[in-house]
Amino acid sequence: MIHTARSRMIIITTFVVTILAAVIAIGLGSVHISIPDILSTIVNGRNNEGVYTTIIWDIRLPRVLLALIIGASIAISGALLQAVMGNPLADPGLTGVTSGAAAFVLLILLANPELTHLIPLAAFTGGLIAAAIVYALAWRRTGITPITIILSGVAVNALCGGVIGFLSILYSDRLPSAVQWMNGSLAAKGNASLHMIYVYAIIGWILSIFAIRKANIIRLGDQVATNLGESVTRIRIMLSILAVFLAAISVAAVGMISFVGLIVPHMARLLVGSDYKYMLPMSMAMGAIVLLIADTGGRTLFAPLDIPAGILMAVIGGPYFLYLMRKRAF
Amino acid sequence: MLKVEQLSISYEQKEVVHNFSFEVEQGEILSIIGPNGSGKSTILKAIARMQPYNTGSILFEGENMRRLSSKEIARKMCMLSQQNQAPSDISVKNLVAYGRYPHKKWFERLNADDESVIDWALEKTYLSHYKEKPIAALSGGEAQRAWIAMALAQRPQVLLLDEPTTFLDIAHQHEVLELVRELNRDMGMTVVMVLHDLNQASSYSDKIVVVKDGIRAQMGTPNEVMTEQMIQQIYRMEAEIQYVSWDKAPRIQLKNTVRV
Ligand SMILES: Nc1ncnc2c1ncn2[C@@H]1O[C@H](COP(=O)(O)OP(=O)(O)OP(=O)(O)O)[C@@H](O)[C@H]1O
Ligand SMILES: [Mg+2]
Repeated sequence: MIHTARSRMIIITTFVVTILAAVIAIGLGSVHISIPDILSTIVNGRNNEGVYTTIIWDIRLPRVLLALIIGASIAISGALLQAVMGNPLADPGLTGVTSGAAAFVLLILLANPELTHLIPLAAFTGGLIAAAIVYALAWRRTGITPITIILSGVAVNALCGGVIGFLSILYSDRLPSAVQWMNGSLAAKGNASLHMIYVYAIIGWILSIFAIRKANIIRLGDQVATNLGESVTRIRIMLSILAVFLAAISVAAVGMISFVGLIVPHMARLLVGSDYKYMLPMSMAMGAIVLLIADTGGRTLFAPLDIPAGILMAVIGGPYFLYLMRKRAF
Repeated sequence: MLKVEQLSISYEQKEVVHNFSFEVEQGEILSIIGPNGSGKSTILKAIARMQPYNTGSILFEGENMRRLSSKEIARKMCMLSQQNQAPSDISVKNLVAYGRYPHKKWFERLNADDESVIDWALEKTYLSHYKEKPIAALSGGEAQRAWIAMALAQRPQVLLLDEPTTFLDIAHQHEVLELVRELNRDMGMTVVMVLHDLNQASSYSDKIVVVKDGIRAQMGTPNEVMTEQMIQQIYRMEAEIQYVSWDKAPRIQLKNTVRV
């Protein structure tokens, strides 16, 4: 039985929990802030002379919001790619979209630092190129199999890794800041990154709402989709572009964060089923909370060290991925 | 209604359907028969625009289908493939509801009319009490009926069916074919189907097209087509044509053993 009412409850609960977690995360850190203080500081606005105004408005709140926005975006991106490729292994990291975007961003950070305003565009371009290569390598008449995704992802990742390595050697003097960025750290990103991406993210999310029906149609298989009057190729291209867009803005803001796009949609599917009407909002909420936990854990568990969320995600995500392989979830 | 003219279709470099033509009138049931690999599914796929063709044309009510939009075609024509796969956790009712998709505008929701079409489709396929069951929990035959229900919900003028009776036991085969006949008689639905059972083709069709090696071998009424020579030529089997008391359709009785 498929319980739509139950799925709805789970999604609403997850959103509520995410908001609560966000408030709690704002309070955590070297200076502990109580929930009433957090709420009153936020309500009083950023120009208020409160004790915590600066720390909340300039540091914690932007960082928490960034984690939520980026986690949600990467998770949606993964869910969309999985619909497009008809495969639960498709994820912006494994397919190389992330590293394609990263290579292009590094090209700017290292080689042309004066062009910083072009970073989102560069990330998007790099992601699109990587996705195009993956399709060219992996697409067969019969669709995409897990093996071909992994193999072409390996190829694209290796290629981008090469480019990244090459750039790092050429511009080794500028490397340290780039490395922190590449590791997927949300530290010291603050309002600048938030302002850079939030509009794009919201546009991407709105477009994803329109993508839900298309994603559901494509899940029925090429023949049925054609039968229902849809151009399968057009849906694939549109959804891929949207997925790359969401992954790219995340890379542009905080660098490479792996596994969110793989694990979150998988967990969402377990909880609310594979109907994108439920699965996509669920992925969004879970992506937000997962990255928030990774980032908050990274900066509090090992304080004063600030472990990049990307590294924490890799540490948790790798084993989860292996677990999925063992369970033959693909 | 539907006219296929000199169709040639290739997979990669190899041409598998050659210069194939046939026509089906509004309200007719036409069956395509022929040995495995003769190109039957390929022809249906080309009509349903799931397979590109090299030369020839397909006309729907006199209009070249290449000039119709995909959505327009989806409102008039529907094909049920030989093999279908769906996400395993989709419920029967949700699957059938997708049949209404071509009739809906962007973002339009299902209304009461759609609901009643869906219920009607479920009823016709005896799936009303399986509504909420996930597809994966159905037997092969029930799943087949769910796909048929989805096609019905689409309310096409022309229904293309590729071996609609595979996976079904004889009683359900009979039910599906009776349903096809009923839809044809009550709603004037035009049907083009691929069948392997020659007797079923004979008793349920107005016209039969025989395909061998991608070439049209014969076309005509069951009485014209179902002959001992045809069986001999196409299937290399000895057969005898018999008639039963309850309808006029010829029955094929294969003679044991002799394969020449
Ligand atoms: N995707 C494909 N790629 C290459 N060749 C194909 C493909 N699909 C079918 N063929 C070939 O085209 C020919 C016709 O196949 P088709 O599926 O149309 O036969 P059929 O008459 O429907 O057979 P069956 O009764 O077994 O369903 C066969 O020789 C088959 O091997
Ligand atoms: Mg076939």
